Amino acid sequence: MSTDKIITLKVNGSAVKFIAPAHRTLLEALRHEGFVEIKCGCEKGDCGACAVLLDGEPVDSCLTLAWHADGHEVTTIKGLGSPENPDPLQKAFIETGGAQCGYCTPGMIIAAKALLKENPEPSLEDIKRGLSGNLCRCTGYTRIFEAVQVAAEELRREGDVA
Amino acid sequence: MLPPFELSQPQTLPEALRALAEDGGQPLAGGTNLFPDLRSGREKGDQFVSLALVEGLRYIKHTEQRITLGSGTTMSDIVHDPKMETAAPALAAAAKIFAGTMVRTAATIGGNVCCGSPSADTVPPLLTLAADVTLSSASGERTVPLDEFYTDYKKTVMKPDELLTSVSWAPPAPGSAHLFYKLARRKGDAITVTGVSVMIAADAGKCTTARVALGSVAPTVFRAHEAEDLLVGQALTPDLIEQAAKAAAHQCSPIDDIRATADYRLQTAHALTRRLITQAWKQVA
Repeated sequence: MSTDKIITLKVNGSAVKFIAPAHRTLLEALRHEGFVEIKCGCEKGDCGACAVLLDGEPVDSCLTLAWHADGHEVTTIKGLGSPENPDPLQKAFIETGGAQCGYCTPGMIIAAKALLKENPEPSLEDIKRGLSGNLCRCTGYTRIFEAVQVAAEELRREGDVA
Repeated sequence: MLPPFELSQPQTLPEALRALAEDGGQPLAGGTNLFPDLRSGREKGDQFVSLALVEGLRYIKHTEQRITLGSGTTMSDIVHDPKMETAAPALAAAAKIFAGTMVRTAATIGGNVCCGSPSADTVPPLLTLAADVTLSSASGERTVPLDEFYTDYKKTVMKPDELLTSVSWAPPAPGSAHLFYKLARRKGDAITVTGVSVMIAADAGKCTTARVALGSVAPTVFRAHEAEDLLVGQALTPDLIEQAAKAAAHQCSPIDDIRATADYRLQTAHALTRRLITQAWKQVA
């Protein structure tokens, strides 16, 4: 019933173009385009598995219409770093064991990225609050919180060097 | 999958109001509440008017007489506004623990007020600020006290062609206390079991302003006027505060649901009202 529209946006720096009806979410559209690093969890805004950065701000892509992302920039976990050149957060999640099954990890790291941008020296309480929109069923969170603390220290050291 | 719908994307307020009036569409703000409800079938609709591109709905304005939030102001905007800590301390506190990070980026104050949920966390703090809401339509504009906005569970005085365009209130009196407490199963990303906000101001040892609002314990968030009337003009004693808390609990009509029993809600409404008034009085007296 709804009219289709051509949507043009940037994902991790590259132009992406597709046709979507109004009710298509950014999550569905981008996974269909091959960005399967964005995970589909609860589709209610509770679990954060589908989190991406939209113009640098963290959003749940299951609650974002593709139409609303038209003309904007999306960053997924793959846009933060690569296996050869990982983001300090990606490195810290690997080293501390903050990633187990890995399903929550992309969204967890996106939310952590947003937290550290705003607050480079988060307390444990700040980290817990910053990640309260992300659910993990494996780790019990301890190592995730540790990973964010390790990455925050790393980023502060990098900042000092620069 | 969301059920299919038509979406118009007006760029100005008059265009948006025309779309609401003529096409019969429902407003879509952040969508953080509407989309899960559409998916589960709790809400229906096949025609929506997106407010995302409408200019002039997302702003925070502070003047000496009034603080005004455009209805498109997000929870994240409220959290990041340094003046909100004094302009509306309890609202700032509620926004900080509203859902999770990603939802705060998208969820708007207009959406939270209009959804009419008894567990909408910005509403108790706005009620204790004695906030007004401005409703606009193609035929004009009217201002309604938030205290008169809700008529029943998820029902408001808004007409289908009206859009809530702003929320405003007078700055709290210097030295007043404005508090919010959210009781829930976890600290973040949780739906409120019992929510309480109070505003207390005092002069020369007497309470000059007393406002108490409770959430999740009745079909709508409400002001506990009987409790307030007991407090104004008095020096607050533990006995008087207990009477007020009892009066507030008396006005509750909670239900059992998956989060808590009605009885638990009633007891916590009583205890939290007493606790918050006591805490506020200590701050101001």
